[in-house]
Amino acid sequence: MKKFIAGLAASAIALGAVAATAAEQCTNDVWNKVMQRGKIVVGVKADYKPWGYRSSDGSLVGMEIDMAREVADTLGVEIDIVAVQSSNRMQFLEQGKIDLMIATMSDRKDRRAIVGIVGPNYYTSGTNLLAPDALNFTEWEQIRGKPVCGKQGAFYNQIVEKRYGAVVIAFTGNAEAKQALRDKKCIGFVYDDSSIMADLASGNWEGFGMPMPTEDDNPWALAVPKAEQNCVFGRFMSGMQYNWLKDGTLIELEAKWGIQPTSFLATQKERFKDWLEE
Amino acid sequence: MFEALLNFFRDLASDHPTWNFIFLHDASQWNKVVSGLWVTIKLSVACVFLSVIIGIFGSAMQGAESAILRALVAGYIQFFRNTPPFVQLLFFYFALAPFTPSYSPDGWLEVPYISNVGWAIISLSMFAGAFNVEIFRAGVEAVPTSTQEAASALGYTRLQIYRYIVLPLALRVSLPALNNNLVNLVKTTTQAFVIAVPELLYQSITIWNDHPSAQNPMMVVLFVSYLALVGVLVLGMNRWERGMRIPGYGG
Repeated sequence: MKKFIAGLAASAIALGAVAATAAEQCTNDVWNKVMQRGKIVVGVKADYKPWGYRSSDGSLVGMEIDMAREVADTLGVEIDIVAVQSSNRMQFLEQGKIDLMIATMSDRKDRRAIVGIVGPNYYTSGTNLLAPDALNFTEWEQIRGKPVCGKQGAFYNQIVEKRYGAVVIAFTGNAEAKQALRDKKCIGFVYDDSSIMADLASGNWEGFGMPMPTEDDNPWALAVPKAEQNCVFGRFMSGMQYNWLKDGTLIELEAKWGIQPTSFLATQKERFKDWLEE
Repeated sequence: MFEALLNFFRDLASDHPTWNFIFLHDASQWNKVVSGLWVTIKLSVACVFLSVIIGIFGSAMQGAESAILRALVAGYIQFFRNTPPFVQLLFFYFALAPFTPSYSPDGWLEVPYISNVGWAIISLSMFAGAFNVEIFRAGVEAVPTSTQEAASALGYTRLQIYRYIVLPLALRVSLPALNNNLVNLVKTTTQAFVIAVPELLYQSITIWNDHPSAQNPMMVVLFVSYLALVGVLVLGMNRWERGMRIPGYGG
């Protein structure tokens, strides 16, 4: 009888211990590290004008760099901006090379398993095609069986291949893919409509346009390390995004960087409108 | 049994989000891996073959009477040895290709007759060929001049000496270094991914960009594949070396 009670007590304690560890305890490692060091390392794009690109003097500038600076100012720490690419941005965050990632990343389910994506999503865009006017495209079906240039890493490459039977030739960078388009090696460049619009607005693409209807609208996401997702850092970044959307900061940044105003930001501002505001 | 294995990998993927062996339980990804491997094998075989031919002819030209021929080979070696193969691939495909003849299937596209795979083969063969010329030169210089003079005294022309006496002996001396270079060449074929040649690295990048959870397994696949490919090449070269051994000459 004694043994039975002792055994019951032991298992109760053990279960209690398991239950305690099952409830996630935030250790806030990265947050504490940033605050102690007084510096945050943010990963941004260097080849995606005007969200993140190199100005003529070599420094990284753009809409997302401005957002990163605001994060650092709000935290009261110095900022260290690191250029990342689509192929390594999540890995850098995983490995601790960067503390925060704001790098034009589309919010996808399998990406959420690897990095700590927090909402509300700050932007959105869809897939479209940069194509020469001479080819008179009006609908996506017309690209069936034709070679289309793309960038390695874009999730919509396989969508375009499966859905429309195009042959995607993927290059390592935007520059190579666009050069191949200029060399007439393909009939179009499948990419994000926001980036294509920025290219067309730059004036270097006479004779080209974006004739297709935008497809697969996909919100963008910034990310914190996975362990920080439901802890201070994740909650903080959610707050930053909410405030950016609510007070129109992103709309102002859009105008500053010459991006065509999107209805998404206007809708979000309306959605989060302060009920007391007149 | 097979289903059990597939389920094991599916479970592994859900328990460990960065170890998704997706090509083992998804047919379309398996096809990508296999097609990438096949293109790598074809690329490697073509480049190895062509670069050895370039090496043989190049080292013959190095001993030529004509100063122009010798200067030509020296220039070729300097250009292709001193520049990175990555840069050579980009240069051939983007800068040179527009100047080569092309046809147009629909009135707008300009499809060059030499595709990107063709340019990869040309560029990589010439890169490795430059090294091979020097490797064969080491072997050629190892053949004693007295032997060559004896052949000349017997009435052989310079080209006949090269073909029947110098080359067979030089080959045996150069084989270890040649083996090294060909192994390097097989691994350098991965750089062709930058001009969108659908070889193994390109397909791996496609897979792990579409499925970030499959990145670590794909890297394992890459390592294992190249170990296997290079292993086969080295085995073949060692067999050849043993078969060509002359008692009392070298090893």
